[in-house]
Amino acid sequence: MMAQRPATVLDSLNLGLRQALEADSRVILLGEDILSPYGGAYKVSRGLSKAFPDQVLTTPISEAGITGIAGGMALRSMRPVVEIMFGDFTTLIADQVINHIAKFNRMYNGQVTAPVVIRTPMGGHRGYGPTHSQTLDKLFLGVPGLTVLAPINLSGADPLGVPGRLLYDSITKANSPVLFIENKLQYLMKLLTPTDLGEFDMADLSPAGSGRYPFYKFALKAAPPARITLAAYGYMAALALEAVQQLAYEHEVFCELLVPSLLAPFELAPIIQSVKGTTRLLTIEEGTLTSGWGAEVLAITAAALGPGLQRTGRLAAQDSVIPVAPELEAACLPDTADIINQVREMVRRT
Amino acid sequence: MDKDIHLYQQLYTIRCFENLLMDQFSSGIFPGTTHTCLGQEANAVGVLSHLCEQDVVVSNHRCHGHFLAYGGDPVALFAELMGKPSGVCGGVGGSQHLHWQNFYSNGVQGGTVAMATGMALAEKRAGTQAIVIDFLGDGTLGEGIVYECLNMASLWAAPILYVLENNHIAQTTPVDLALAGSITKRFEAFNISASHLDSSDILEIYPLAGELVDKVRKESRPHVLIIESARLGSHSKGDDTRHPEELDRLWRSRDPVAIQTARLSEAALRSVNCQVEAAIQSAFEAALAVESRRG
Repeated sequence: MMAQRPATVLDSLNLGLRQALEADSRVILLGEDILSPYGGAYKVSRGLSKAFPDQVLTTPISEAGITGIAGGMALRSMRPVVEIMFGDFTTLIADQVINHIAKFNRMYNGQVTAPVVIRTPMGGHRGYGPTHSQTLDKLFLGVPGLTVLAPINLSGADPLGVPGRLLYDSITKANSPVLFIENKLQYLMKLLTPTDLGEFDMADLSPAGSGRYPFYKFALKAAPPARITLAAYGYMAALALEAVQQLAYEHEVFCELLVPSLLAPFELAPIIQSVKGTTRLLTIEEGTLTSGWGAEVLAITAAALGPGLQRTGRLAAQDSVIPVAPELEAACLPDTADIINQVREMVRRT
Repeated sequence: MDKDIHLYQQLYTIRCFENLLMDQFSSGIFPGTTHTCLGQEANAVGVLSHLCEQDVVVSNHRCHGHFLAYGGDPVALFAELMGKPSGVCGGVGGSQHLHWQNFYSNGVQGGTVAMATGMALAEKRAGTQAIVIDFLGDGTLGEGIVYECLNMASLWAAPILYVLENNHIAQTTPVDLALAGSITKRFEAFNISASHLDSSDILEIYPLAGELVDKVRKESRPHVLIIESARLGSHSKGDDTRHPEELDRLWRSRDPVAIQTARLSEAALRSVNCQVEAAIQSAFEAALAVESRRG
C-alpha cells in the first residue's frame, strides 16, 4: 500500500495499525474521534476508517466503557485495539485494566487470553497543562498480567520501522494485554536510520528468540570505556541519545545508553550487564520522580550487583502538577541539559 | 420428567448447595468469603433454562446459582470454593471468579457489564447467533461504567439480555438509600426495552425469560429483564443487619423453593428432595476427598 518507508514515528505507527487491520479481520480499532478525516487527536489512526470501515469504530467519550468492552471482545476471540486520546485519561481505565483485562488469564486459571492493546500518548512540553501533559506509565508498571511497551524512534531493518513493528506484533501476536505508551513529541520525530546513527555502535540485546521487544544499547564508536550507564525509554531515549553525543564532544564523558521497549514485566539483564562495567547508573523518565520506573530499575540493579553499583541517579519530572506557562512547564520536566548536568555530577571525581 | 418437578429439582439443587456451603463455612473448609444466592434461585433457573449451546453468561459476585443453572458441576464448584486444584479455576478464582465453557463471573461491580457487552458485540460480528445473558443487581446501578455500556450496547445493537435482579439491598444498604429515580427508565433512556416482573415464582419467570431470550436473538438488540427479587440470606457469610421480622416476612412470601414446593405431590417432593440432597452431599464429599495443594 505504502511503497515508501515510514519517515516518522507517526507514519510508522499508522502503518503498523493499517497492516494489522489488513492481516486479521478480528482486529478492531475503538477510540474517540478516530474516523477520517480527523483520524484521532494525534492522527495515528488517519485514513484507517476509510480503508477499513467495518473495523474502525468511533466511540462516545467513555474510556472505561470502551476498554471494558474491548476486554469482553478479546475474551471472545477478537483482537481489539483501544486508543485513549490522552495518557492522562488512563486513570479512567484503571479498573478495567487492573481488575478485569490483566486478571482474566490467571484468575481463570489459564483458560483464556485477553489480547487487548491500549495505545495512548503521554508527555508534556506542549503547554496542555496539568491534566493533558502527564506521563503516568508508572501507575501501570508491575500490574500482574499486563505488558507495558514503549517504542523508540528507530527505522531499523524492518519496513514498518521499529514503532510500527512493535505495535503490529502486539496487536496480531500478543496473548496478554498490552499498554502501548506513545509520546506526543515523539510522533513527529524522524525514524533514525543507520546513517543518522553513523557515530554510534548500536546493538539489540533482547534475549535471543524473542526479538519482539528490542532492547537497544548505544555507545559512540571507538570511544573509551564508558563511565556511566544511562537507562531511558521512548521519547526520553531520543533526548538521551543527544546527551550522549554532547557529553562526549563537549565534556569528554563517555556513556552507554540502554533503551528497553519492554517496560513491564521488568527484564533488565542488558542494563545490569552494562553497569557491571560502568558501576554508575542514571535512569531517565518523564513521569514524576517518586516511586517511578527508575526506582524499580535501580532496585533491581542494586539487588543484582550489590557493591558493584556504586553511584545512582534518577532523573524525572518534579513531583508536581505540570503548569501551562512554558517556563514553568520546562522547569518541571527533564530535558537534554538536565541529563548532561546530572551525568557530569555523577562522574565527577570526589 | 414433569416440568414442574424438573424446575423444582434445579431450584432445590442450588438451595441445597448454598445451605451446605453456609453450614460448613464455620468449619474452616472454605477459605475467604462467599456470597450465596438464597432467595434468588428462580432468577438463575428461569433465565438460564433457555440458553442455546453457543450463548454466553456473565455473572457477578453472587454467581453460584447462575453457575449451577448454567450446568456447572457442583463438585468442581465446591472444590473451587475449597481452593483445590480440581476446582473450576484451579482454586485461583474462588467464589466470585469463575469461568467454565461460556460462563464467566467477576467480583467487581460494573465492569462485568462492560465485559458482557463486549462479548455480545464480538458474537454479533462473528455471526454466531449467540446472545449474552448478563446478571447484575440493583447495587451495580451505582457504577458509572454501567451507563457507558448501556449507551454503547444500544448504539451498536449488542445482542444481550441484561437481567437485573433487584433484591432491594446492596450489602447492608436498602435500595431506597442508594438509588434515585426509576430503574426501568434508566434503561429506556438508552432505548433499551424493558420487561418488569415482581415475582419469585419460577413459573412466572421461566416463560417470560424464554420470550426475551428469543426476542434478543431475533432482534439482535439489547433488552433488560428487571426482576423484583429477595435476598433471603446475608450479603456474605453473616452480615445481615435487617430486622428478623423483615427477614421472616420475606421467607414467608418470597421463597422460590417454597412457592414451587406447593405445586408438587408429597411423593414427588420426597423423591426429588432425597435425590438432590444426596447428590449435593456426595458432591461436597467428592470435592473434600480430592487432594489439596501441599502446604
